[in-house]
Amino acid sequence: MSKIETVYSINQEVIEEKEYSTLNLGPTHPATHGIFQNVLKMDGEIIHEATPTIGYIHRAFEKLAERRPYAQITPITDRMNYCSSPINNMGWYMTVEKLLGAKIPKRAEYHRVIIMELARISDHIICNSVIGVDTGAMTGFLYIFQWREKIYEIFEEICGARLTTNIGRIGGFDKEFNKKTWDLIDTFLKEFPAGLKEFSNLLERNKIFMDRTVNCGPITAEKAFGYGFTGPNLRAAGIDYDVRVMNPYSSYEDFTFTIPVGTQGDTYDRFMVRQHEMWQSLSIIEQAIKKMPEGAMHADLPDFFLPPKEAVYNNMEALIYHFKIVMGETDVPVGEVYHCVEGGNGELGFYLISDGGRTPYRLHFRRPCFIYYQAYSEMVKGIMLSDAILTMSSMNVIAGELDS
Amino acid sequence: MELLEIVSAKLNERFPGEIESAALLYDYPVFTVKKDSMHDVLKFLKEDEELNFHFLTTLCGVQTADEKQLGVVYHLHNMPKNYRIRLKTFFDINKPEIPTVTDLYPTANWMERETYDFFGVRFKGHPNLKRILNVDEMDIFPMRKEYPLEDQARTDKKDDMFGR
Repeated sequence: MSKIETVYSINQEVIEEKEYSTLNLGPTHPATHGIFQNVLKMDGEIIHEATPTIGYIHRAFEKLAERRPYAQITPITDRMNYCSSPINNMGWYMTVEKLLGAKIPKRAEYHRVIIMELARISDHIICNSVIGVDTGAMTGFLYIFQWREKIYEIFEEICGARLTTNIGRIGGFDKEFNKKTWDLIDTFLKEFPAGLKEFSNLLERNKIFMDRTVNCGPITAEKAFGYGFTGPNLRAAGIDYDVRVMNPYSSYEDFTFTIPVGTQGDTYDRFMVRQHEMWQSLSIIEQAIKKMPEGAMHADLPDFFLPPKEAVYNNMEALIYHFKIVMGETDVPVGEVYHCVEGGNGELGFYLISDGGRTPYRLHFRRPCFIYYQAYSEMVKGIMLSDAILTMSSMNVIAGELDS
Repeated sequence: MELLEIVSAKLNERFPGEIESAALLYDYPVFTVKKDSMHDVLKFLKEDEELNFHFLTTLCGVQTADEKQLGVVYHLHNMPKNYRIRLKTFFDINKPEIPTVTDLYPTANWMERETYDFFGVRFKGHPNLKRILNVDEMDIFPMRKEYPLEDQARTDKKDDMFGR
């Protein structure tokens, strides 16, 4: 489908002829890092119009959640932003805990903070190194990716899974972290700064990288507000909005950290905001370990927390609870809550309506990249195709979250 | 509690009789507004100098338990003052029409398309109201309760004890 716009002069002589060619970018294109389709109307190498088509990996999470007991919804949340699934898990637990009115011990909350900040680092590692790859700098990607591997080893030690973690429980954690986990975290904290510094040296002040990313796909703060930007993308546009500070959850108010803010809202700013956030996350983890309080690892929630195995074998009541929890037959209060956490790419919200039954009556996920990806077609208008690729990877659009 | 009183006083003064209920549910002030004045209420809340709810956090559809009504839920946010409120409106499922808010919040574009896709709510004045996540050929609105996830005619599985 190509449209020919012809301009005739008065004597019907053709003086200019403009032909747009149509280019299908995606759905499965290696440069889009996910299942995204954009039908581009191209004027040479300049994008004249972009029409995104989404929904290629839609899995009806909201409908699925209406038939699943609360504990079984956690694996669904894993599969939204799969680059930082622990944050999604924790966000979901906190939503249910808010509905139940549970009081979570500080120790469990501090452990959650450590896990969430590790997940944020791994999310930003993926996004930033891929920006490097899209500018042609493969080296940074190859070097920094081993640190993502180290983070996944920590997750694996805690919960047995690496990518779709299903980490923790409603109410806290199932057990204390073992010694190997703490050793891995200590090693990571000791060695990662050097790795991140190396990555920064490769890209941050690199002339070629800056030439490619500065002023590439910028968005103003007003537009970003209008399009519902949150997270690093909004902060790159100059707005210091961070859920961890505005609506502190899971004891984030106990820690001192700064929110990096950009000025231009372009690819370089988005990259730099994420770079600085990784340093802040490291400092939060260190503070959490230093200030780690004593206490229990989970709240007193017999309706949701599996009793210890010895009790199940020897105690009738514990056996009944075990059975009820596994079958998802525990009652929850009637009510509706909205809870949001600062996900890897923005405000991740859960709007839960409960009618008292074993499953939610309605569960709506506020998926940050579904909301801000609609700005993409406006952001890439009039820029080069190669810059559009860069803009997309710097926005950290995750297909699983986009399509739910 | 404070915010609930401020907003309900302002809304009741400006739109007498249009606010059906106001309550604090957990940490959120929640208002139910009549369908016809929903757009005006949102416009007022956005443009009022004190409240200035300039950010639409999310928008989603719901269905009432009797399956006779559909609703749309708006979550608004004022970032500098950190005010968050929730607004709801309900209407007959056979006539699911409501004015769009894309003129106030550009971000509502895809949210409304998603709500249309899953609940069949027609947003009047929307620039491009078509399905977004499901295939264009689909002729049902899958999030409505009349379409259960599992086949209810199954006889091999008894759900007397567990599940609905």
